[in-house]
Amino acid sequence: MKLTTLLTSAAMALGLATTAMAADKTKVGFVYVGPVGDGGWTYEHDQGRKAVVEAFGDKVETVYVENVAEGPDSERVMTQMALEGADLIFTTSFGYMDPTINVAKKFPNVRFEHATGYKTAPNVSTYSARFYEGRAVQGTIAGHMTESNIVGYIGSFPIPEVVRGINSAYIHAKKVNPDVQFKIVWAFTWFDPAKEADAAKVLIEQGADVILQHTDSTAPQAAAQTAGNVITFGQASDMSEYGPKPRVSSIIDNWGPYYVARTQAVMDGTWESVMTWDGIGAGMVGIGDISDAVPAEVKAEAIALQASLADGSYHAFTGPISKQDGSAWLADGETADDGTLAGMNFFVEGIEGEIPQ
Amino acid sequence: MDLSAINPVLLIASLMVAATPILLAAIGELVVEKAGVLNLGVEGMMIIGAIGGFAITVETGSPWLGFIASAACGAVFSLLFVLLTQVAQANQVASGLALTLFGLGLSALLGQSYVGIKPPQMGKLEIPFLSDLPVIGPILFGHDPILYIGIALTAGVWALLKYSRVGLVLRAVGENHDAAHALGYKVVRIRILAIMFGGACAGLGGAYISLIRVPQWTEGMTAGVGWIALALVVFSSWKPWRALLGAYLFGGITVVQLNLQAAGVAIPVEYLAMSPYVITIIVLVILSADKSSAPAALGRNFHASR
Amino acid sequence: MISLEKRPQPSRAWSLATPLVAVLATMVFGGLLFAMLGKPPIEAIRTIFWDPLFGEFAFYYRPQLLVKGAPLVLIAIGLSLGFKAGIWNIGAEGQYIIGAIVGAAVGLAFYPYEAWYIFPLMVISGALGGWAWAMIPAVLKVRFGTNEILVSLMLVYVAEQLLASASLRFLKNPEGFGFPGSRNLQDYPSAFNADLIAGSGMHWGVVAALIAVIFAYVLLNRHMLGFHIRLTGEAPRAARFAGVNPSRLILLCLGMSGALAGLAGLFEVSGPAGQISIDFNVGYGFTAIIVAFLGRLHPIGIMLAGGLMALTYIGGDIAQSNLGLPSAAIQVFQGMLLFFLLALDLLTNYRITLHKPEVA
Repeated sequence: MKLTTLLTSAAMALGLATTAMAADKTKVGFVYVGPVGDGGWTYEHDQGRKAVVEAFGDKVETVYVENVAEGPDSERVMTQMALEGADLIFTTSFGYMDPTINVAKKFPNVRFEHATGYKTAPNVSTYSARFYEGRAVQGTIAGHMTESNIVGYIGSFPIPEVVRGINSAYIHAKKVNPDVQFKIVWAFTWFDPAKEADAAKVLIEQGADVILQHTDSTAPQAAAQTAGNVITFGQASDMSEYGPKPRVSSIIDNWGPYYVARTQAVMDGTWESVMTWDGIGAGMVGIGDISDAVPAEVKAEAIALQASLADGSYHAFTGPISKQDGSAWLADGETADDGTLAGMNFFVEGIEGEIPQ
Repeated sequence: MDLSAINPVLLIASLMVAATPILLAAIGELVVEKAGVLNLGVEGMMIIGAIGGFAITVETGSPWLGFIASAACGAVFSLLFVLLTQVAQANQVASGLALTLFGLGLSALLGQSYVGIKPPQMGKLEIPFLSDLPVIGPILFGHDPILYIGIALTAGVWALLKYSRVGLVLRAVGENHDAAHALGYKVVRIRILAIMFGGACAGLGGAYISLIRVPQWTEGMTAGVGWIALALVVFSSWKPWRALLGAYLFGGITVVQLNLQAAGVAIPVEYLAMSPYVITIIVLVILSADKSSAPAALGRNFHASR
Repeated sequence: MISLEKRPQPSRAWSLATPLVAVLATMVFGGLLFAMLGKPPIEAIRTIFWDPLFGEFAFYYRPQLLVKGAPLVLIAIGLSLGFKAGIWNIGAEGQYIIGAIVGAAVGLAFYPYEAWYIFPLMVISGALGGWAWAMIPAVLKVRFGTNEILVSLMLVYVAEQLLASASLRFLKNPEGFGFPGSRNLQDYPSAFNADLIAGSGMHWGVVAALIAVIFAYVLLNRHMLGFHIRLTGEAPRAARFAGVNPSRLILLCLGMSGALAGLAGLFEVSGPAGQISIDFNVGYGFTAIIVAFLGRLHPIGIMLAGGLMALTYIGGDIAQSNLGLPSAAIQVFQGMLLFFLLALDLLTNYRITLHKPEVA
């Protein structure tokens, strides 16, 4: 308790001091789990940071620390940022959840934003993106484009986020191509280029001519390019260097608008703790340019789907949908609630294989 | 479950590609250990080779130059280890670990401007008739040249160790450096050359990852392959052909595991992933009955008192 | 011509001076590196070495030095005993992981029951877990003569896979919405290794590390076993004549280092980290090897070396955030420090002499 008060008073003292010195400079901190040069997850968060710098110029100061291990190291880095006068801190990995909550308790006047978690506090918001909406678009393209009717899917870890993506892609591929079949491999890593390349090669060798990936490196793209007649989708970043083929489209993590809006809210004094889960509509999920390797009518269909997801007229999980074991999940026309989606731990009917538990 | 989806021919072919970086690094380390030196910095030397080869390939447009550069980078980088262990008599385990730490940092620093670039590709070796043969074609004749260099290197090191005087001297130095010194061999010089050879091979292995297997540059992209290579040297009981076999086994486990998953076999991935290491331990135990296998002076420093 | 001459006795003066010289050399070369990256070198060096200790927020960083340094010291002390005797346990990372898994599993088995004896039980089982993991290379070495360097290293990878399995399967938080990772022990008072005095950073792991330092010091200087350990390392044959049982020594040294590494893992998982997760281990086991050598395998030296390593980690993170240094530059800087410390140790054991080449 003593430390709490000590830290708080120090932070307040410093907060006052900085306000006195540079009244209009807002300090925003970013804690990254990987290197900014990973070309995927952390890279996109850093793009978001740069968007903040661009939007506010001299009125904002951003700091970041990369390669921060989850656990005590992250807690120290966050505390350090808060001590040094940060007004707003984005913690960009699921594993930072408990450390974020711990540090937030000590610094009630600093705002925290934790990516992909589920714990909030009066000064902690969470934010995540409805990537499954992007998966719906990919599924549609994949279902049309596959000739072997085998779609390969590289999963990272069997967590709800990834399972959601697989289900969404499968439902929409199936909708346009009833014969489609998904082959899923779990790489048990977010980032291991060599292993991802292997996973892609294996899927291609087993007949897949479309590869969807939920891991962050471009290695599967390169593997598909070498193999020839295979299409892929960029993940996290656009990966346009592999277009127009194999990469025919992509899901882009677009954190910039959110980071800018939240920084603005801190400046205006309107910041509140929220649980944000935005999709295509809010621009958090970007759909990369659909290349000319995709026939015009398929492209049009995908864009129409994207539009209906964006304006909310269509939900990616709309019944009738049954679970893998055949039990009913969503009735005709019913849409999934966010609670079920957030903790999704089952495949929908038609997907073969089990989720490793 | 549909095991028929697994094409054994393609499986073997891709397993060979997966095994090559491990093999290259392991063959180098094997020579180093034969000379009685334990260099745990393989991972560091690999990643230096990976960025060195990548950068030169991108700058010159020639993958061949890139591979040569990667070997040079690895060898030069290993000189740091030479400096520590052969000149300054520092502990080899600690020095190797420091080398890995330093290499990972340095490569990340050097590679900052190479993220997200696609390197020029090295073509496959297409031999008109042979590459089109069923079964044998894709397995034996459809690869990139470096893969064959890896196999040739294995054969070369084997012949060198077994039949040449150089091999004899190397073994003598690794078994008993005092005796070798008494016989008039330049222990330190031989070890330095062995370490540099190890560095060059590790560099090649790293570049194989960044130029052929993945191909791209990202920080920390070797992701532990160097450590697997260390395990492999032990697994092979310091015999080059067993290293080749072991590389296929180690590289193969990942490929087979992914193949089984894709075919719908529910397997606990972690347990399969740990199996090569458990097998290595078992092999070690079996081998330890054969006292001649491990170089006796492994990990011990030598300083001529006179 | 320059030549090296082995000193009959390691130089005391140089053994104290080399660490300082090494740090100074690192500051010079590190400063050059930072300057090349376009960062103010003096400020960067000051941020890394000075700010955590005496800067504006030192009241926060000083306890953090304990948090970061304690596991390093605890593991390194155990390793140094073996290293002194020529027994090479380089698999402390694995023993650290297993200690954490076993200790956390015991604690979580009681959840949500509260009792005073849960934490002590976890401590014992954590130590036992690390001990058992180290017993594998020990027994194999004693029984079959298998190389312990390699077996202990292999077991690190096995332990890492077990860790993945624990966080994805058998220790997964049932209320964690399917995400990998165990329950957070910080929210379970009976299992929480909290600061003994709030905000001091003094959790039980720090206490254990201090005890280990004293224990090792006494053992090495006042006890027969310590004498045997040193004798075996310096003159194995003489040790055998002196009646040292090598098998017993191997079992003891590996067992002790395993138990201490397991303890470090347990204190970490139940305190600062809070939970078992896939990325729970951050390389303390490997860094501790370096710490052991930086401390010249001497208990006091190890304590100081652990502090120095912790300082560069913490200072490095501050430099990243305040000066925008990339983490790679910090890694290179740490690598330099290690190189200089290792290389300059030469001066302790050898004398550099200059003499004219003799004409043969």
